[in-house]
Amino acid sequence: MKAMMLGFAALIVISVGSYFALQELGFSSEDRGSGDAVRLD
Amino acid sequence: MLRAFLILVLCLALAPFSAPEAAAQETQETIDRSATGGAQTLEDIMARQRGEEVAPKTGDAASNARDLSGQLGTLGGASDPDLWRALRYGSADITVSSGGEVASVLMQDGGMAWLEFRQGPLAKYGGYLLLGTLALLLVFFVLRGRVKLDYEKTGRTVTRFKSFERAAHWLLAGSFILLGITGLLTLFGRMFIAPYISKEFNATLLMASKYIHNNVAWAFIVALVAVFVMWGWHNIPNRTDITWFAQAGGIVGSKHPPAKKFNGGQKIIFWSVILLGGSISLSGVSLLFPFDFPMFMKTFDLMRSVGIESLPIYGPLPTAMAPHEEMQYAQAWHAIVAFVLMAIIIAHIYIGSVGMEGAYDAMGSGEVDEAWARQHHSLWLEELQAKDKAAPKDATPAE
Repeated sequence: MKAMMLGFAALIVISVGSYFALQELGFSSEDRGSGDAVRLD
Repeated sequence: MLRAFLILVLCLALAPFSAPEAAAQETQETIDRSATGGAQTLEDIMARQRGEEVAPKTGDAASNARDLSGQLGTLGGASDPDLWRALRYGSADITVSSGGEVASVLMQDGGMAWLEFRQGPLAKYGGYLLLGTLALLLVFFVLRGRVKLDYEKTGRTVTRFKSFERAAHWLLAGSFILLGITGLLTLFGRMFIAPYISKEFNATLLMASKYIHNNVAWAFIVALVAVFVMWGWHNIPNRTDITWFAQAGGIVGSKHPPAKKFNGGQKIIFWSVILLGGSISLSGVSLLFPFDFPMFMKTFDLMRSVGIESLPIYGPLPTAMAPHEEMQYAQAWHAIVAFVLMAIIIAHIYIGSVGMEGAYDAMGSGEVDEAWARQHHSLWLEELQAKDKAAPKDATPAE
């Protein structure tokens, strides 16, 4: 049971980590499909 | 004098009736069509719709249309079938100031076929596959019942999987279940949730699904690599698998075919997870970074290089694909392979829980009774016992 919890904890850590890492890399469509010449708001 | 007066009165009386007609004739005659090279104008079109006579055009239609360039752009009103055909089939020479190759595709008609496939056969047969698997397992459970332990429990246990192995398994299992559920919500939400619950609820679910799917995917990939490194060696097929399959793994009948750490059935599950999961991961990464990692044209080129020119059902392999088509193929492949793997994993979950007595302990506590090990993995148990004999328990390990 402890190992299962460890696995699930790793799942949360990796997922949350990847969310912030991808944001840093400019992963979103807004970042990739836009530019200085485009104003979305 | 009287006669002249009567003529004047008559002329004044008839003037209102004759004047518009005369004025219309004058207007038609004085339309200046020099700007359009004599081509028809909006007035002509409106006049024709009113059923009125329209002055004949001068010159042939094509030249008239070309002369419209001032109004309609570089090609004027000319119909250019070659250009439209090129646009339609993605072979037009398009120049764009930004967006690269992707933006130069103005029409991508393959998207319609993909949409119809996704909403039609993919959802239909994918859904049937999962429901059919559940139904078959239910029938199997009713007919066969639980695979019971035939030997009496010894009370002595052996370590089946270490803590790290189990953690990696649950990382893989947890991420796969989350990815499976969110993937199904993404595919079926519009069909089964939006119309029956609400569009707002479906939209919220889709948004959450997107975040979960995009980020949990990395946990799945990490776990997949870990599992491959840990268990790949133990899952290489060998001769004992032939016996195991010949006796249907002991699931049908009462024999207990010998097996090492993993039996033939578990090896099928393992390689399905590695190969199908690996393929899902690749197509998933391709979808996560749109247009950056196209896979399908390369795959089709590779297939052609080994002599495969067409596929059953699909037909001849394409020779050119728009970037968007790459993404559509990646999505379709991602979903098809995921459905197959989900069906396999449902069977795995069944046999690892309600389907077999004692199986859950292997991934729960990691400790299994020797009787269970003897029944399902006799060769593995013998190996463990041989190691134990070689190294007595009270022996002090060398520092």
